[in-house]
Amino acid sequence: MNKERQKKYWKQNLKYLAILLSIWFLVSYVFGILLVNQLNSIRIAGFKLGFWFAQQGSIYVFVILIFVYIWLMNKLDKKYNIDN
Amino acid sequence: MDIQTWTWVLVGLTFTLYIGIAIWSRASTTGEFYIAGKGVHPVANGLATAADWMSAASFISMAGIISFDGYDGSVYLMGWTGGYVLLALLIAPYLRKFGKYTVPDFIGDRYYSDTARIVAVTCALLVSFTYVAGQMRGVGLVFSRFLEVEIDTGVIIGMFIVLFYAVLGGMKGITYTQVAQYCVLIFAFMVPAIFISIQMTGNVVPQLGFGSSGPDGMYLLDKLDGLHNELGFHEYTSGSKSKIDVFFITAALMVGTAGLPHVIVRFFTVKKVKDARKSAGWALLFIAILYTTAPAIAVFARTNLIETVSNQKYDELPEWFNNWENTGLITFNDKNKDGKVQYVSNASVNELTVDKDIMVLANPEIAHLPNWVIALVAAGGLAAALSTAAGLLLVISSSISHDLIKKIINPNISENGELIAARLSAVVAVIIAGWFGINPPDFVAATVALAFGLAAASFFPAIILGIFYKRMNKEGAISGMAVGILLMLYYMMRFKFDWFGGGTQDDWWFDISPEGFGTVAMFVNFIISILISSFTPKPPEKVQQIVDNIRIPSGANEAQDH
Repeated sequence: MNKERQKKYWKQNLKYLAILLSIWFLVSYVFGILLVNQLNSIRIAGFKLGFWFAQQGSIYVFVILIFVYIWLMNKLDKKYNIDN
Repeated sequence: MDIQTWTWVLVGLTFTLYIGIAIWSRASTTGEFYIAGKGVHPVANGLATAADWMSAASFISMAGIISFDGYDGSVYLMGWTGGYVLLALLIAPYLRKFGKYTVPDFIGDRYYSDTARIVAVTCALLVSFTYVAGQMRGVGLVFSRFLEVEIDTGVIIGMFIVLFYAVLGGMKGITYTQVAQYCVLIFAFMVPAIFISIQMTGNVVPQLGFGSSGPDGMYLLDKLDGLHNELGFHEYTSGSKSKIDVFFITAALMVGTAGLPHVIVRFFTVKKVKDARKSAGWALLFIAILYTTAPAIAVFARTNLIETVSNQKYDELPEWFNNWENTGLITFNDKNKDGKVQYVSNASVNELTVDKDIMVLANPEIAHLPNWVIALVAAGGLAAALSTAAGLLLVISSSISHDLIKKIINPNISENGELIAARLSAVVAVIIAGWFGINPPDFVAATVALAFGLAAASFFPAIILGIFYKRMNKEGAISGMAVGILLMLYYMMRFKFDWFGGGTQDDWWFDISPEGFGTVAMFVNFIISILISSFTPKPPEKVQQIVDNIRIPSGANEAQDH
């Protein structure tokens, strides 16, 4: 792979990382910690929403994030023909 | 059958299984000993990583801590899972492409320096030893409660089992044993949780159960908040820790997870970069099953405990209460001599102390589950402790035989000689770990949590910068790691062991507890690394090529079949 394509591949990878890690930060640090009191005024069944994000929701989102990343990177590798 | 017979049967069966697997999958080359010959399937690796990762602390202690701390316990839930996102996205694929045996290998090659390698080995040993001592103690605790042997005898039995399969099987043996151990531990964790969830809420799924209502029509969490208010404890669903501390502890645990050598090295065992990403995904999925159940168990156990003991006559308490009283982990002191248990927040009136560690182990008894379920929990706790201990011992032995002996002391050592050295260092490591398990220094319990701070303060920045910042050179990385780990050690010793003048909570820097300080030390490491590297020469061309190379997934070196 030439330098130019290599750079483009890396840039795209960094873009994916930035998006996925922003969501990672949002569900745990923002929803689960910083805004927990505000979100706790919303209720879903017996759960206060902020508490739910801190003890359940963030974990589900983490799992989904990794599988989305795997999917995105597999597609990207195919596009650049480096998925041997 | 009674509990003890059941426990002997289940523990005996599972131990035979582990030993059988170890004999079947023993290692014959250093490649197999260190990284299972790079031939592990991603799902198998996910299972092994999950067992490797989930220690006695996750299995036995975590739900108990959450049970007492409520919302504040979230730091462990988010911290110990969120780190896998960092691992999968920022570390695992690149280090797999790099394709050597250990984390110090990467640090030593990327920073073209034996000094960097030695600093990394020191950090790896420091982190792994503090961690492994806690595991052996967990083994002893389970043995002493369920099989009524001395804690020390329990530790020694555990040592022999781990010794046998870690030394014989190396990474290859450990990997397949861990797959079996995951199955045992998750089954043992889920069965009582599902039983209790059905009992208390009628919901089969514990994750939904603890947000539902009981037979009295009241939401379980509301009821628990009510009970806590009544007895003077802080409200279960909100915390008592400061927000900044919760934030920093969560971050330290996440980043520490991503920097733990025994976890990172698991991603060296798969065939391709693609498989490294995949196995991180599977690992977190398997971990999440336990981690989303733990807070449910915490709520069930807490509610059950309060309802069973609070204001009840001591003479009429169920049998489990006396069983645990005998171990000294529950104590009752009838201060006002009314024959009833006053369990309240106010220390001068409170008559009951319950060790947090027993909540998971006692939970099935509290909920009157059948004897085989109680025995199953014991087997699960042992699986969790042994699998983590084995993974850590492997890091310790490879640090010594590969990073120190092969890479620094005697590069001409033969393949066979290195394999013997690896096995010998595993033996020595088990003995030291067992010694710590039998004679736990006071600081073990405190330092297990802090092992994460140490990993966050040392490895994480060096690895991330090594991959994402081509300009990073050895001067920057070495000084960053050294300052990071020294700062963390200083803070930990000052506020945990009362050295260097000690201090109380009021003396904490920026209100951050020692558990959360790893995040601060990590930032300091990053800043120092970048500053120093900008005043010192660029890394050589060859090293910059390594960085270019690990960023592209294709052409990872060939796997060996087995």
